[in-house]
Amino acid sequence: MTTTNTTATIDHGLLRFLTCGSVDDGKSTLIGRLLYDTKAILADTLTAIEKTSKKRGMEAVDLSLLTDGLQAEREQGITIDVAYRYFTTGTRKYIIADAPGHEQYTRNMVTAASTADLAVILIDARKGVLTQTRRHSYLTHLVNIPHLVVAVNKMDLVDYSKDVFDKIMADYLEFAAKLGIEDVHFIPMSALNGDMVVERGDQLDWYQGPTLLELLETANTSHIEHAEDFRFPVQYVCRPQDSANPELHDYRGFMGRVESGRIAIGDAITVLPSGLESRVKDIRLLDDSLPEAFAEQSITLLLEDEIDISRGDMIVKSGELPTVTKHIDAMLCWLSETPLDPRRKYLIRHTTRDSKAMLAGIDFRMDINALGKQTAEKLVMNDIAKVSLKLAQPIFVDPYAQNRSTGAFIVIDESTNNTVGAGMIL
Amino acid sequence: MTTTTKQTLSHLDWLESEAIHIMREVAGQCSNPVLLFSGGKDSICMLRIAEKAFRPGKFPFPLMHIDTGHNYKEVTDFRDKRAAELGERLIVRSVEESMKRGTVVLKSPDESRNKHQSVTLLEAIEEFGFDACLGGARRDEEKARAKERIFSFRDEFGQWDPKNQRPELWDLYNARSFKGENIRVFPISNWTEFDVWQYIEREKLELPSIYYAHTRPIVVRNGGLQPVTDVTPARPDEKIEEMLVRFRTVGDITCTAPVLSDADTIEKIIAETATTTITERGATRLDDQTSEASMEQRKKEGYF
Repeated sequence: MTTTNTTATIDHGLLRFLTCGSVDDGKSTLIGRLLYDTKAILADTLTAIEKTSKKRGMEAVDLSLLTDGLQAEREQGITIDVAYRYFTTGTRKYIIADAPGHEQYTRNMVTAASTADLAVILIDARKGVLTQTRRHSYLTHLVNIPHLVVAVNKMDLVDYSKDVFDKIMADYLEFAAKLGIEDVHFIPMSALNGDMVVERGDQLDWYQGPTLLELLETANTSHIEHAEDFRFPVQYVCRPQDSANPELHDYRGFMGRVESGRIAIGDAITVLPSGLESRVKDIRLLDDSLPEAFAEQSITLLLEDEIDISRGDMIVKSGELPTVTKHIDAMLCWLSETPLDPRRKYLIRHTTRDSKAMLAGIDFRMDINALGKQTAEKLVMNDIAKVSLKLAQPIFVDPYAQNRSTGAFIVIDESTNNTVGAGMIL
Repeated sequence: MTTTTKQTLSHLDWLESEAIHIMREVAGQCSNPVLLFSGGKDSICMLRIAEKAFRPGKFPFPLMHIDTGHNYKEVTDFRDKRAAELGERLIVRSVEESMKRGTVVLKSPDESRNKHQSVTLLEAIEEFGFDACLGGARRDEEKARAKERIFSFRDEFGQWDPKNQRPELWDLYNARSFKGENIRVFPISNWTEFDVWQYIEREKLELPSIYYAHTRPIVVRNGGLQPVTDVTPARPDEKIEEMLVRFRTVGDITCTAPVLSDADTIEKIIAETATTTITERGATRLDDQTSEASMEQRKKEGYF
């Protein structure tokens, strides 16, 4: 297996995290601080933002300029989309999804959250828990991000007061309990001065917990923490039928990525939807034969028996079957400027499988500010609702809370080919 | 019966696996894709990923290079050699053909042809009816790319609209398009320059020789290093010096500059990359420095 890494002795892989908050919370400054203190910012970039800082009449370098956006955004004075940024500590590589915080960008936050292992929610220490804090917390919980960090920022503006921090923590825990959020870390912080981001600083001696970076370095990815069933949606079938090479004559490789769980040579498998059974003959990654494979690995599976399998089918372990269904209940986030039309048919994409779908009903719409349930006849952009859907083809599902891969789907409008909705199966 | 996964992929394995998954989605969803291969280091990694994604089968797409006619011979020779070794079909379309057709008109004979690649690319897409182009662009290169989707929709004119991108959630990619439209797909979006060099080392990938330190005639122009070539001769008042340099990125001769370096092995390049103080494009791309928004602008006009 080609997992050796010659340039670092320790490799804790890769962690994707999301930062939520508005510009006012110091989100850009926090990201700038992380990039700067982990030396991800190179001299020419720094020179460029020094120039801009001066041009805008600022004395110190404004680290938030590191996340300054596109011309199209500056023209409108807003952040319009998720930006991805990268840094590494030598032991772990990080991908930051930087999502704009305003209410009208719920869809961007859901997009950024969908691939995150951890979320950092920023609170301005002077303002405490706000409506948007509740909204961000609800969304990270909805999208089932495994780890949640609440960064109480701008502690420098409240004299690094422990009382202020404790009050915010108590307020937060009160409403988090109502949402069912259990695992939260709180960090007092001054991103501006760099306290408790990468360095501890010398103003927060009363806080004994980890810095933000220490938390990031030790957070597990979701696949490690939960027992998972093996799920292998088939992406592509390799049948070389090379007449010059008789060995390849009968070769049928089922290509895909292990979405969850693990598989070993000899394991008994079931193919969906056919229900046919076989055993794993080989697990290939180019020239290597792997004794076993686990979540997030892209591999090719060879089976003992000749079974007709195509893209959209799913290979699972016999005895670990998902639910095969043509009716799903889901939380649906509507992403399109064109409202959901209950009379129309849409296309659902779930793993590698497509199916036509129709709305069977809207149970309720979430008021994501007050966190209450409302009745609704239609859904517009940024709405989140509990819906039920009827499908033309069966899909093979697990509840989203158990499996983010087999519990998620997107909705496509075939008249425009746009992605118009994102669903999480209940 | 369930089991807990204890292993974690190393960051390179994770990035590789993500890229393989993306390429297989293109193969599964698109009817006529193409992989853009320039002979540069990023697209060399792309070919390795394609091997891991599709062997022992053939690639489900041809390779294509949009040649400005101003590329280093070491790179175009390497391009041809690599395609032949893999036994895959290579299509080359040149900006010069577009100039002959009259669809590319240079403002002056010495204007860089780099941005005009967009025209030739769109013409080639139309000629072959490609519905998807796989490219080796990375989000760490530039801030317009930092916001671009992995599956990036382009309209009939090849235009990218940053304000109207398709939402991209989980690993559920939407490559659907109508005839004449096109999806650009960037499987190594999440890689950094450092990841690319580490991958080249790990996979022992061969590179065109000019990525390694070598001596070549250079003039210093506007503080940057300008190689002296037939396309980019020295000006009368400039002093030509023999310098030890290497290229961090290769592309059109008129807009790619080398850096001073004695790194003649992959290990030395990685050590240098780990301690460099200049970004890849900052050091080497003369075309991105013309204005703050030049990449964003070029993408709106159909660039990769």
